[in-house]
Amino acid sequence: MTMNRRFQITLPLICFLTPVLLWLVLMIVLPHMDLLRMSLRAEDDFGNAIWSFSNYMAFFVEPIYWLTFVRTAVYSILVTLMTFIVAMPVAFYITKVVAPRFQGFLMMLLLMPFWVSELVRVYGWMILLRESGVINHFLIRLGILNQPIEMLYNDVTMIMGLVYTSMLFMAVPLVSVLESLDDSLIEAAYDLGANMGTILFRIVIPHAMPGIVSGSIVVFMLTLGNYLTPNMIGGKNALWFTEQIYNQFIASFNWNQGSAFGFLLLALSSLVIWVGLKLTRQKLSRVAQ
Amino acid sequence: MQIDLSVQGVSKTFGDFIAVDDVSFEVPQGEFFSILGPSGCGKTTLLRMIAGFTEPSRGKILIREEDMAGVPPNRRPVNLIFQHLALFPMMTVAQNIAFGLQRRKEKRSDIQRKITRILERVDLPGFEDKAIDQLSGGQKQRVAIARCLVLDPAVLLLDEPLGALDLKLREQMKVELKKLQAQVGTTFVYITHDQSEALVMSDHVAVMNQGHFEQVDTPQNLYHHPQTSFVARFVGDNNTWSGVVRRCETETVEIETVSGQHFRTRATASLSPGTAVELFLRPEAMIIQPAAEIPYLNRFEVIVKSLLFDGANSRLLANPLNDDTELLIALPQNRQFDHIRRDDRIEVAWDEQSGICFASPE
Repeated sequence: MTMNRRFQITLPLICFLTPVLLWLVLMIVLPHMDLLRMSLRAEDDFGNAIWSFSNYMAFFVEPIYWLTFVRTAVYSILVTLMTFIVAMPVAFYITKVVAPRFQGFLMMLLLMPFWVSELVRVYGWMILLRESGVINHFLIRLGILNQPIEMLYNDVTMIMGLVYTSMLFMAVPLVSVLESLDDSLIEAAYDLGANMGTILFRIVIPHAMPGIVSGSIVVFMLTLGNYLTPNMIGGKNALWFTEQIYNQFIASFNWNQGSAFGFLLLALSSLVIWVGLKLTRQKLSRVAQ
Repeated sequence: MQIDLSVQGVSKTFGDFIAVDDVSFEVPQGEFFSILGPSGCGKTTLLRMIAGFTEPSRGKILIREEDMAGVPPNRRPVNLIFQHLALFPMMTVAQNIAFGLQRRKEKRSDIQRKITRILERVDLPGFEDKAIDQLSGGQKQRVAIARCLVLDPAVLLLDEPLGALDLKLREQMKVELKKLQAQVGTTFVYITHDQSEALVMSDHVAVMNQGHFEQVDTPQNLYHHPQTSFVARFVGDNNTWSGVVRRCETETVEIETVSGQHFRTRATASLSPGTAVELFLRPEAMIIQPAAEIPYLNRFEVIVKSLLFDGANSRLLANPLNDDTELLIALPQNRQFDHIRRDDRIEVAWDEQSGICFASPE
């Protein structure tokens, strides 16, 4: 009886589910199926379209492709790690140190830059960092530099830009998970003889783990799939995998090759997240809460 | 006798607000000492200063004769049991108890042995691998106590740990806690707003009000010989009258209450005719329908408003004639007074020696 009721398709269920299903099918499932089909098509010697794995083979044969791929993955993991290191003290300060009446204000400060589009913020960095930019100007005025140096278009700046772009997506889940941490747990650990390091690693981080993992997943995926920041701040040296995909679609008009790269990126991000969840012994269902 | 905890003239101010005002007391080794006060009286602040989470604005705290000024909580030989226990939910029972021992870098085998022993002591043998959320309220309580006692602190501080339990369990834990303290012999400093907890468990109780101690005494003395009107009012139930002293004799004074009743009661220091006073009387000091020949009684008639049956703790709620002051009168359950009904007019009385009066604050 109860089982029947649970699975009955009622009018409210249809009303609420339809938009979600339409969204999923029309905008995600269908395009992906078409991309998958394209990635498996190639031309034979006579110019006829055939089914083939040659697009995927090209990726493994050509070192520039898979080197870029590995580089993107490693840097994305690095960016995720650095974002965590930067966001953790910020989240801890907002939730545990500062007086409660300032918490909202500080959260606003944290959110405010994200009201502006990523493009504008990246241009902001470029105005600061470029050869004729603000920082160079001041350094020369102060006599620290004799001539301007180019601070854009290298890996360090690119990673800094990516960390900056994804800060919020780490800070918000961390703030919410740290808010649920009872202050008396920290005090109890302190009372039982723990120092700050022990409290951080035995109490705060284990409690914050679901937030850390969900923040890391979001940051990692956003970084891996980011096109704008690596391209503008990293320039031609960025060698970000999204750039390869873009080139295949737009520059070479090789949609089949581009689709194959797209699927490889999807497989990569899924794999890294799966390994991450296994390593931290977290379940996706718990993290997603 | 060794003094485990000595608090000397300690004050704590937050801006203009004085949370703790020049408090001094000493707790000898092995004593169960309670600080009893209404919420907001500063008792938690005092406890947090002893634990080291806040520094006193003035005064000294000595633990086993060592000055604790500037010593952080993790280096003090005291442990605190928090109001909501603060067990670590991400660890098992054994890991919780081991936490403090590991911080002291004790040997693994020693830690193992101590955990087993302390769990037996708190009556939870074999609970090592249980998760915290598998425990009942009373079991969590005992794990929290074990986690602190295993470190063998000079003083164990308890911040109303029974507050979250239901009544039945609270009654049971009260007795258990008292027994455990007697067994282990650790000095306990217990703070609470529940007078029954303080009276049942403690060797000495300090009654705290607005940042200062009103009286530090044994539970019996607090109940029978309160030294201030606050203590009389806060500890135990009372009937209260406001009035004015009319006549002073060597042993007794005569008081006229606001509603015009005249009572004679034991004299305390510095009462003179004309002083405004408050008179306190325990419900059990009221005698219902006293025999006519008993001397030195304040006799008057009341009208019964309701019967509050509560087993051994049953009371009558009554008004004096032509007066709507509510009086609580203990109703002994020896069947002698079963005939009393609502709206009955009965005579009650109390002995001159059982009332206590204090000059009322302006």
